[in-house]
Amino acid sequence: MDKNSEAYWKATLGLLTKILSVWFIVSFGAGILFVDLFNKIHLGGYPLGFWFAHQGSMYIFVALIFIYAKKMGEIDRKFDVHED
Amino acid sequence: MDLQTTIYLVVGASFALYIGIAFWARAGSTSEFYVAGGGVGPRLNGMATAADWMSAASFISMAGLISNMGYGGGLFLMGWTGGYVLLALLLAPYLRKFGKFTVPQFIGDRFYSKSASTVAVLCLLTASLTYVIGQMTGVGVAFSRFLGVSSETGIYVGMGIVFMYAVLGGMKGITYTQVAQYCVLIFAYTVPAIFISMHLTGNPIPQLGLGSNLVGQDISLLQKLDTIVVELGFGQYTTTTAGSTLNMFVYTMSLMIGTAGLPHVIMRFFTVPTVAAARSSAGWALVFIAILYTTAPAVAGMAKYNLISTVNTAVATNGDMYAVESSLEVAKQPDWMNRWAKTGLLKFEDKNGDGRIQYYNDKTKNPDVIAKAEAAGWKGNELSVNADIIVLANPEIALLPNWVIALVAAGGLAAALSTAAGLLLAISSAISHDLVKGVFNPNISEKGELMAGKIAMAVSIVVAGYLGLNPPGFAAGTVALAFGIAASSLFPAIMMGIFSKKMNKEGAIAGMLSGLFITLFYVFAHKGLFFIKGTEYLDLIGGPNPFFGITPEAFGAIGALVNFGVAFLVDKFTKEPPEHIQHLVEAVRTPRGAKAVDGSHAH
Repeated sequence: MDKNSEAYWKATLGLLTKILSVWFIVSFGAGILFVDLFNKIHLGGYPLGFWFAHQGSMYIFVALIFIYAKKMGEIDRKFDVHED
Repeated sequence: MDLQTTIYLVVGASFALYIGIAFWARAGSTSEFYVAGGGVGPRLNGMATAADWMSAASFISMAGLISNMGYGGGLFLMGWTGGYVLLALLLAPYLRKFGKFTVPQFIGDRFYSKSASTVAVLCLLTASLTYVIGQMTGVGVAFSRFLGVSSETGIYVGMGIVFMYAVLGGMKGITYTQVAQYCVLIFAYTVPAIFISMHLTGNPIPQLGLGSNLVGQDISLLQKLDTIVVELGFGQYTTTTAGSTLNMFVYTMSLMIGTAGLPHVIMRFFTVPTVAAARSSAGWALVFIAILYTTAPAVAGMAKYNLISTVNTAVATNGDMYAVESSLEVAKQPDWMNRWAKTGLLKFEDKNGDGRIQYYNDKTKNPDVIAKAEAAGWKGNELSVNADIIVLANPEIALLPNWVIALVAAGGLAAALSTAAGLLLAISSAISHDLVKGVFNPNISEKGELMAGKIAMAVSIVVAGYLGLNPPGFAAGTVALAFGIAASSLFPAIMMGIFSKKMNKEGAIAGMLSGLFITLFYVFAHKGLFFIKGTEYLDLIGGPNPFFGITPEAFGAIGALVNFGVAFLVDKFTKEPPEHIQHLVEAVRTPRGAKAVDGSHAH
């Protein structure tokens, strides 16, 4: 693998790690593992942990994919491997 | 106009629409048949993916399950949506760059082995076939309830409709029909939810309504729900978890990687024109899915509140729920309860002979509830409600007009038919492209392959219909199996194929087989060998859920771990993949040079 594609792959993996960390924290973290802790806080009529499990995670998932698509496009162009 | 006529009209119009689209979008080439010619835009593909993904289970059963489970039901919501993040980040863009028609073809080429692709075909066929049986049963149930025909007739009609547009149109016909089906099903799902949310909380947006105060009261819907379900001996709605925290964690993970590994979903990303479009298309798919999935928990909570306040009048008056006059008199039960009692999905039995309906958890361990129920002369729970009713009867419970009820019928059918079509396409392409062209007759002409694809699809429709008519008693277990297989065999193999350049064929095949084997072993121990009753072997593995209390439905993630572990171990002791395969992986990782998807089996 040449230097450029190596750097490109490293940048890609870096982005994946960041996005997947958020993915994990909101669903498995706030929605499951620490749900009791979050339930002590309220968001309107929602206990926050319950909200993450039944609503919030899904909104954040949608945002994550679009952020990923946008950032990936930027990385593609930076390393000049984008489609024409 | 009476209810039955309205239902016939609405469902009939939706079917005419699907068939019209199918006729307009006939497939003339293998490229159109497998990947709709590769020219579907990201938003349109996202919408079709959403319809493909949301099955009878999502539309009809999910809200009911959540309604019963409370907080724990969130595992379906997070699991079935979180998988799209994995799909978008780890699989879809790379498989699109690879640029072939099917999932087994990627596995076969990447692991330079026909055995690998054959194992993948096997996994795909088992997962998709078990899944499609559930859809056919769903079509039968929806027809029999709404059209007043027998469940058998319902399945025959369903088979006929799917046959017409899936066999004629292939991926092209299916894609455009799915877009129409999405519109029908999302409209049908959200309209009743908006009405109900408005009625209970005054907020027309169900997602916000669930977190709002009840109309005219100074208490939030969820808080009130918690109070009344606890009072009746059920677990608190907002905190009751699914088994244990560990089980919920593993279950959610299994659904996520299972979702990402299901071939009929992955295939949809071969239809977009570019790698960038594959990335954003996953986002659009999730937007369209999330509209239904964020509405579902609102439907679940509100339906539960509505149901309890119907049978226990003390809910509305904040009175004593155990007072005699609080329980609903049988003679005064609303029409919808009578209607659904006929289908057997709602059952009532007057155990204490007082002419009133008592609904509570008679298996509770709460001494308070036991004492109160005993003092009130309650002799056990008298009402059982099938989870599927929650969505189907929702408009009736909320006393909505007939056209809304008809719409829900059309929506349920749209959900089941669109998923069935997507699955049938995955099955037929695995047979005609990966088996017939890939293994048995590589020199088959394009015309011959297209014909083989159509025949394979016709045969799968008949097989699925037959199994839908004569389910070997495993309808409930099958979906768990489909996700288990996708999670434990396909997802890890594809992911390693992209993210590990050195993964070789020995490792991949050993991984897939051991992941598959351990998952099947665990599922069959609970549900019987191939779901045949009486062949369970729980004693052999030490009782139910022996592995840290994890249920068989949640086991796919453990199977995936085994798959990864075995694959890397075997890979360590066998020789690394040839140079040209490592170059192939490098090429797959970069978007430039992505060209139209084609089917050639180049090795």
